[in-house]
Amino acid sequence: MNEGNGQQSNGQPGAPIELSKKDFISDQEPRWCPGCGDYAILSTVQGFLPELGVPTHQMVWVAGIGCSGRFAYYVDTYGVHGIHGRAPALATGIATARPDLSVWVVTGDGDGLSIGGNHLIHALRRNVDLKILLFNNQIYGLTKGQYSPTSEEGKVTKSTPFGSLDHPFNPVALAIGAEAAFVARTIDNDRQHFTEVLRAAASHTGAAFIEIYQNCNVFNDGAFAAVRDKQHGAQRNQIRLEHGKPIRFGEQGEKGVVQKPDGSLEVVDVEAVGEDALLVHDAHRENPALAFSLAQLAHQPTGPTPIGIFRDVSRPVYGEAMDSQLEMAEQKMGRGDLAKLLLGGDTWTVEEPENAS
Amino acid sequence: MDGKEVREAGPRPGRFRPVAQKTIEERERVVIRFAGDSGDGMQLTGDRFTNATALIGNDLATLPDFPAEIRAPAGTLHGVSAFQIHFASDDILTPGDQPNVLVAMNPAALKVNLDDLEKGGIVIANEDGFTDRNLEKAGYGSNPLTDGALDEYQLYTVPMTTITVRALDGIAGITKKEAERSKNFFALGLLSWMYGRPTDVTERWIERKFAKKEAIRDANLAAFRAGYNFGETTEIFAVHYEVKPAPAEPGTYRNINGATATAYGLVAASDRSGIPLFYASYPITPASELLHELSKHKNFGVRTFQAEDEIAAANMALGAAFAGHLGVTGTSGPGLDLKAETIGLAVMLELPMVIVDVQRAGPSTGMPTKTEAADLLLAMYGRHGEAPLPIVAAYTPSNCFDAALEAARIAVTYRTPVILLTDTFLANSSEPWRLPDVDSLPSMDPSFAERPNMGTEFLPYLRDENLARPWAVPGTEGLEHRIGGLEKEADSTGNISYDPQNHQWATDLRAAKVLKVADDIPPLRVDDPSGEAEILVLGWGSTYGAIRVAVDRARDRGKKVARLHLHHMNPLPKDLGDILRRYPKVLVPEMNTGQLVKLVRAEYLVDAQVFSKVQGQPIFAEELEEEIIRRLA
Repeated sequence: MNEGNGQQSNGQPGAPIELSKKDFISDQEPRWCPGCGDYAILSTVQGFLPELGVPTHQMVWVAGIGCSGRFAYYVDTYGVHGIHGRAPALATGIATARPDLSVWVVTGDGDGLSIGGNHLIHALRRNVDLKILLFNNQIYGLTKGQYSPTSEEGKVTKSTPFGSLDHPFNPVALAIGAEAAFVARTIDNDRQHFTEVLRAAASHTGAAFIEIYQNCNVFNDGAFAAVRDKQHGAQRNQIRLEHGKPIRFGEQGEKGVVQKPDGSLEVVDVEAVGEDALLVHDAHRENPALAFSLAQLAHQPTGPTPIGIFRDVSRPVYGEAMDSQLEMAEQKMGRGDLAKLLLGGDTWTVEEPENAS
Repeated sequence: MDGKEVREAGPRPGRFRPVAQKTIEERERVVIRFAGDSGDGMQLTGDRFTNATALIGNDLATLPDFPAEIRAPAGTLHGVSAFQIHFASDDILTPGDQPNVLVAMNPAALKVNLDDLEKGGIVIANEDGFTDRNLEKAGYGSNPLTDGALDEYQLYTVPMTTITVRALDGIAGITKKEAERSKNFFALGLLSWMYGRPTDVTERWIERKFAKKEAIRDANLAAFRAGYNFGETTEIFAVHYEVKPAPAEPGTYRNINGATATAYGLVAASDRSGIPLFYASYPITPASELLHELSKHKNFGVRTFQAEDEIAAANMALGAAFAGHLGVTGTSGPGLDLKAETIGLAVMLELPMVIVDVQRAGPSTGMPTKTEAADLLLAMYGRHGEAPLPIVAAYTPSNCFDAALEAARIAVTYRTPVILLTDTFLANSSEPWRLPDVDSLPSMDPSFAERPNMGTEFLPYLRDENLARPWAVPGTEGLEHRIGGLEKEADSTGNISYDPQNHQWATDLRAAKVLKVADDIPPLRVDDPSGEAEILVLGWGSTYGAIRVAVDRARDRGKKVARLHLHHMNPLPKDLGDILRRYPKVLVPEMNTGQLVKLVRAEYLVDAQVFSKVQGQPIFAEELEEEIIRRLA
């Protein structure tokens, strides 16, 4: 059943199999700080994976360095824990070599946006068939609390006792700018929303980028309180994007988003403008400008902030494109013949000496 | 033939009188250097001359030498591009120390290369290139073609541009400027006549190469024939030369450079093992040639990936290896620096991977188009922690094929990253290659893990007799496992471990595995005909040819000299220590400041001495010969 490069037919669509959450729980005990948002993420992911119908041996989880990096050890599939920032590149190698596999990447705001920023944007640009989960906690947790590329300006940390000077990235805007075809944002403790986003990402062919607001209760507790915690007004601040629906939010849906004549977006009272004036979310729009504007609606998650799927469009997938190039080459040139290859170009022959004695 | 006389005659187009009889002289060996502006097409000229030379059965070796700038300002000294070919009727080992013939297309080319030319050698100059402007750019106060500066050489001045333009008169669709550009084919034609190279090979190539650009094709053909006929019919060249085919082992030959040979070796490794080849790299001189070559062979199932950077390329290759492919990344020195951390990860993951380092000159950006071999210690030690890996070094252009196969074999057998060292000289230099019988090439079995290896359990770090761990690729049912860069229980589960004793033991185990590769290295063969040599010349890498010639010449001078060349740099062959201790003196010529010397001194406590050269050029046989003599004095 195992031929050459280990590819086999199991796990291909059309082979329904019964899987449960426990099939995706490895024998390694998770070791994050008690109360870390990563536990909730792990549990939601493990709870979701069975519905994909992809057997555990057809799936690979790849992680970088940081608290998120440990994730790869805890999912009972194939997994690689790589080096800092390089998970998208490592995973690109896996997914390009083996388009038959389901390949998932776990990274963080430091891992994916700082040391590994280059690999992230290029994986998105190429549209490699990877599902990328970026755990954004706006802090370096594993190295014990330095500010990260998503920390707010003026952040006081061990490395910035007088406040950080850096302007932060908005990961969703960055991904859209990097030509990502699928971009979404969700929250660690919202199991239902997170699962819906995972489902959409999994059904998207090509690179899917999910920013997950993840609470680091040790070094950056409450960074996402405004959109994450009920007692801090989460129901007021979550702008839940739904394709094809007017964008409204607030406890009674009293707020909405309109597009002004200059193209920019504005939060308004629905009562004042009427529902028909609201912007209808279109995740499938080819032009990324609107998705980008939505991403910019909240640069930091301290007030009304969009979550959900910003963009979901279809583009050629890198691994499939490479495979079809190989097929075309074989059709055109014939299956490679080593002896013929070596003989290519001009050759000459030295005969055996005639009078050899 | 007196060059001076010709010069005074001041040949001008239209004043060349045909001569009926030409003399043919036989030569055993000839070194020609074609030199011109980087836009003059000297590499192509040299390349074509080489091809014709190979096909008539001369042994040969070539050395291109071009500037880093793609189009340096025309006519300047740093814009000079040159191509040297050494061909002979007997065995050739180097591209030659001193050219016998220098073709100079302009004053800058003359100025840069004249010092290398043998005394009394032939200069063939494109008179039209020696304009006042070009003379000034090259820093000449007066014209060396007419001021007597070349009196000690045999000078032939030929107005190549003028004759080329005239020969192309009437070819539709060719501007004067385009016509001038064909002058390199004129030079090629002229040299082809002088050294009796077959014209049909070159003409066929021109027809093929420019099939879609008819005007250019016709122009180049006309220029090539004009050059050939110019030699044949005019009186300036009374003599031409013949170099008989070199005796060679029976077989089918082709000419090959090291870059192509490396690529073919990797394709062969994939073909012989059935493991798909995945090559990821980032453009870098001179390793890009490998990416270019491999990209052509997609019909072998070769996946080539131009990554966003060097680090990504290494990770992609490693990811592909995890997924069951032969993961290879290629680069040159600066790129190897960047890949170091990923290679360390590969050491921990214990996956087969090949890293090709086409070494180039200098630290930092250094001299990217020039040769050096100063990455040996980087390959050995250039990673944090204890991260040993096997190293293979190629020693001739065609040997790059075998070296690539050997690197892949070690990687697959021992589940380890392997660094393959070549260099700029090997990559660009070419030589005739007797094609191997494909079926006799070593095959390698990936032995992918297919089932649990401990009862119903699968232990990803359980080791075989080579201390290699199982290669269980995704898609294989029941063998799901997680691996990473953290220290692990290195003989069984691979689970993370911070246990102090385990780390000691795992470190030793990874080192022991690399040392085990030495079991496969055949006994070394020392070239010591007398058996009582007073000095052993120990080499590695591309110094092979120069060392052989230098040692042979020293022996001709009555010296007792032994010679040994290394192919495996880590682990070193088991019998190396005993061999080194047999000789009173050990001399190690290296294109660095003494890296192998440090290794053998540390490893075997022998007083080996270095002969170092870091000039962006290969070591020449002559300078090494003198060094050997000096060391024996």
